[in-house]
Amino acid sequence: MSELTYKPFQASDYKSAQAVRWCPGCGDHFLLNSLHKAMANIGIPPHQIAVISGIGCSSRLPYYMNTYGFHTIHGRGAAIASGLKVANPKLSVWQITGDGDCLAIGGNHFIHSIRRNMDLNIVLVNNRVYGLTKGQYSPTSDRGYVCKSAPYGTVEDPFRPAELAFGARGTFFARTVDVDSPVAVEVLTAAAKHKGASVVEVLENCIIFNDGTHSAVSKKEGRAKNAIVLQHGKPMIFGENNEKGLILDGMNLKVVNLGENGVTEKDILIHDETTIDFTLHLKLATMPFPEFPIALGVIRSIKAPTYDEEITVQIKDVQAKNPTRSLKDYLMKGEIWEVK
Amino acid sequence: MAEQVKKDNQDNIVIRFSGDSGDGMQLAGTLFANISAMSGNDISTFPDFPSEIRAPQGTLSGVSGYQVHIGPKVYTPGDKTDVLIAMNPAALKINVKNLKNSSVVVIDTDSFTKKDLEKALFSTSNPFEELGIGNISVIEAPIGSMVKESLTNSGLEGKDVLRCKNMFALGLSCWLFDRPLNLAESLIRTKFAKKPIVAEANIKVLHDGYNFGANTHASVPTYHIATSTKEKGFYTDVDGNTATAYGLIAAAEKAGMELFLGSYPITPATDILQELAKHKALGVKTMQMEDDIAGICSAIGASFAGSLAATNTSGPGLALKSEAIGLAVMAELPIVIIDVQRGGPSTGLPTKSEQTDLMQALYGRNGESPVAVVAAKSPTDCFDAAFWASKIAVEHMTPVILLTDGYIANGSGAFKIPELENYPSIQPHYIKKDQQNWKPYTRNEETKVRYWATPGTEGFQHRIGGLEKDYTTSIISTDPANHQLMVKTRQEKINAIANFIPIIDIQGDANADVLIVGWGGTYGHLLSAVNEMNENGKKTAFAHFSFISPLPKNTEEILRKYKKIIVCEQNLGQFAGYLRMKIHGLPIYQYNEVTGQPFLVSELVKYFTKIMEE
Ligand code: SF4
Repeated sequence: MSELTYKPFQASDYKSAQAVRWCPGCGDHFLLNSLHKAMANIGIPPHQIAVISGIGCSSRLPYYMNTYGFHTIHGRGAAIASGLKVANPKLSVWQITGDGDCLAIGGNHFIHSIRRNMDLNIVLVNNRVYGLTKGQYSPTSDRGYVCKSAPYGTVEDPFRPAELAFGARGTFFARTVDVDSPVAVEVLTAAAKHKGASVVEVLENCIIFNDGTHSAVSKKEGRAKNAIVLQHGKPMIFGENNEKGLILDGMNLKVVNLGENGVTEKDILIHDETTIDFTLHLKLATMPFPEFPIALGVIRSIKAPTYDEEITVQIKDVQAKNPTRSLKDYLMKGEIWEVK
Repeated sequence: MAEQVKKDNQDNIVIRFSGDSGDGMQLAGTLFANISAMSGNDISTFPDFPSEIRAPQGTLSGVSGYQVHIGPKVYTPGDKTDVLIAMNPAALKINVKNLKNSSVVVIDTDSFTKKDLEKALFSTSNPFEELGIGNISVIEAPIGSMVKESLTNSGLEGKDVLRCKNMFALGLSCWLFDRPLNLAESLIRTKFAKKPIVAEANIKVLHDGYNFGANTHASVPTYHIATSTKEKGFYTDVDGNTATAYGLIAAAEKAGMELFLGSYPITPATDILQELAKHKALGVKTMQMEDDIAGICSAIGASFAGSLAATNTSGPGLALKSEAIGLAVMAELPIVIIDVQRGGPSTGLPTKSEQTDLMQALYGRNGESPVAVVAAKSPTDCFDAAFWASKIAVEHMTPVILLTDGYIANGSGAFKIPELENYPSIQPHYIKKDQQNWKPYTRNEETKVRYWATPGTEGFQHRIGGLEKDYTTSIISTDPANHQLMVKTRQEKINAIANFIPIIDIQGDANADVLIVGWGGTYGHLLSAVNEMNENGKKTAFAHFSFISPLPKNTEEILRKYKKIIVCEQNLGQFAGYLRMKIHGLPIYQYNEVTGQPFLVSELVKYFTKIMEE
C-alpha cells in the first residue's frame, strides 16, 4: 500500500526546533531520541509521517517532532489516528500514549484499533502513574500502590497491556525500556515495518512521581540479570552470562540453568514471534518478576489484513464493477420520474 | 355508515397506512408516495414507527404508520387523515383522533375478530361505536382470507403469503386514488428483483386489492388529485437522512475532496451512515466506530488528513462529541457534525422529533467555543443544508453543526435531481502554492481563516493541538493577551461567515405587522399556516432561518420591521432566547410545543390569530 520513498535521513531530520519541556531525567527524553533514530532507520521522509497523541506528559511528544503532529484530547488519540490513516493510508501514523491516556480514558479506542488491525504504531509509554496531574495511580499501578489519590494504597489490580492487546487480537506486541536505546530503536523500527496495529510498551521512569517503578530493568546491569530480550528464531537465553534459559514444563514456562541437570541449549525454547496462537506470547509477556525475567523485544508479530488496506481494496473492487462516479449519474440510474 | 364523500379534485389529500409492525405499512406507504409523485403530485410523507422493535402483535404499542400527503401544493405530511388504512383494531384506535370528518376507513375484517379487539383493549364488538365515530365511510375487506385464497398456488406459503396483505391495501388505495397499476408493478419488480416469486405474488395481490375496490365499492367516490406545478426536471423520492448523505457527497464532488464519515449508530441518525456506506463507487469512506466519541475523532483525523470529514449523531451522541468539537474549534479543522434531533433529555423519545438541541449545538462545550450552526428545513432541503454546511466548514476551517430532526430525517418529499453546476463553488482554504513564512495559524486577516496544509505535503510539517497557540508563531502559549486575542479571533472567524451566506428573505405578506419566525424542520407547517392566514385575509409575514450561527447579515434589519414577532419552535424557546440575546428589545412572542410530534397547522393558525388580535 504505502508508496514510501526511501532515502537516507538523519535522526536530526525528525527533530523539531521546539524546546523540550519534560522534567530533566524523565524517560520521555530517552524515548524521543530513540524514536528519532528509529525513524531515520526506517527512512520515511518526515512529511510522510504523522504523530498523534492524547493528553499526558508523553503526549507532548509530537511537538518535538519535525513531522506532522497532532496533540489531541485525552484518550482519543487512537480514534483520531485511525481516521487519519484511513483517509490517507500512505502516511506512516504513530500514536504516542501514556498508561492513563491509553488504558483508562482511552481503553475503548485502544482495544478497537487493535481489533481492526489498523496500521498504526502505538507507543504505549508506561510509567504506572499520572504525571501531568501530579501523581495519581493509573490503570497499570500495582495493587497497594500508595499515592495522592490512594494514600492507603490502591485496592485494585493493574492491567497488563499485553493481555489487552492479545485479547483484542493484537498482531504485534513489543516491549522495551526507555533508557535501553538499542532495543528501543530495534522494536520501534520493527513496529513501523509491521503492517497492522503495532503496540510497543515502553517501560518508563517518571522521576518525579514514580521513580524506580521499573528499577529491575532500568540499569544495564539490572537488565542483564532481570530481562530477556526475545529475538525471533533465537533460543530464549538470558542472565548476566547467558547462563539461564526458558523451557516449557507441561503448560508452563520454567527458568532453567544451562548445564545443570543435563540442560543444554538444545532444550531451550526458540522464540517464534509469528505463531498465530498467542498462548506462549502471552505467557512470555506476563511472566511474573522476579521468579521470571521481564521479556523485552518483539514478542509477537503476525501477518493479518489491515483495516486501512482492506477498505482501500474494497473501494477499488466496487469501482471496478461499478462505473458510476458522480452523484448525478447514481441518481439518474435510480427510481426517477420526469416533470415536463 | 357509508356516506357520500365529496372531494374537490384540487384538494390535498392525506392517506395513512397503519397496521402492526409486521404488516409492511412502511413499504405500502413508500410505494404509494412514489406512485403519487410519479403521477405528478407533490408529496410529503411521515413514517411513525413504534418505539419498540417488535412489540406484541396486535397491540397498541406495536402500531406502525406511514402518512402520505399528496396534492398540487404540499409542504407537510398533513395534520389529519382523509383515508385511513387500518389493518387491525389497534391501528384504528391509535389513529382515530386524527381522522377528519367524513373520511374513508379501510379495515381488514379478518383482523377484527374478538381476540384482535381484545388485544387493542376494546371492550365491545363494535369498535366504531366504541370510539364514537360515525361520520365516516368504511370499506370492509376480508384482506387476510382473500390474499390466502389468491395465493394458494403461488409458490408462497404460510407467513410469506400474509406478508402480501400490504399490497392488497396498496392496490385498493390505487383504486381509490385512480392510480394506474403499472407504476406500482414496476416498483414492486424492482424491490423484489432477486425474488421473482415474491414479486409476482405481490403484484397478483395488488390487482386483487384494486379489483376489490372496483367491483364492490362503486358507491365510494374516488379521488382525483391535481398535479403539482413543480419545476421541470427529473425527480426522485428522498427522505431527509438520504438527502443529507447526498448533500455531503455532492459537496465533496464539488470541492474535489474525498468524503469521510466517522459514525456510531443512533436513532434516528443511523440511515446517514448506512446510505454513505453504500457509495464506495463514489469513493466515500465510512467507519463505524466503537462509540460516538470515536465517530467524531476518526472524522477529525480524516479532516487533519485533508478529507471532507463528517460525523452524524443524535442529541445524546452530540453530548458525547462535545469535547472533540472543542478540539476541532481549537485546531481550526473543518468538520460537519450532523445532529438529527430527537426527543430528550437523556434517552428521551428516540423515535420522536424535537428542536431541543439548539443551545447544545450553539454553546454545549467548554470554553468560548464558537462553531457555525445550520439547520435543514425539510426532507429535501437536507441536501442543500448538508452542502452548505460542508462549504462553510472547508472554506472557513471550522466545525459546522447541521441540525436536522427525526421528523424531516424520516419524512420524504420529491427531490429534483440537482445540477451541481448550479450550486456555488466550494474552495477549501488550502495553503497557497507560493505560501511564504507559513505557520499553522497564519490566517487571512479579513476572514480570520487559517491556511490548511495537509500531511504528506513536503515542507509544511507542523504540529497542532488542543492547547492555546500563539497568534503569530503558532507555538503553545499561555500569554493572557494572546489568549484574549485568540478567543476573539475564533469568534470573529465565525461572525465573518455572515458575509458569505444568503440573506434572509420574507415569505407571506412582507407588509404585515406580524412576523412568524421559525428555524429548521418546522418550515412546512409554518409556511402552510402562514399561507392559510394570508388566504383568510390575516396579513402575516414569515422568516425562516437556515443559518443560525452566524445569523444572516440582515437579520436585525428584518426583525425590527415588525410589531409582533412570533418565534415558533419545538422546545421551550431556545431560538427566541438566542434572538433576544443577539438583538435587544424585540417584541417576541413564543409558540412552543414539545410533544415529539410535528406542529399542527390548525393550532398554529389559532395561535397566530390570537396574538394578532391581542
Ligand atoms: S512528571 Fe514524570 S512523566 Fe511527567 S515529565 Fe516529569 S518525569 Fe516525566
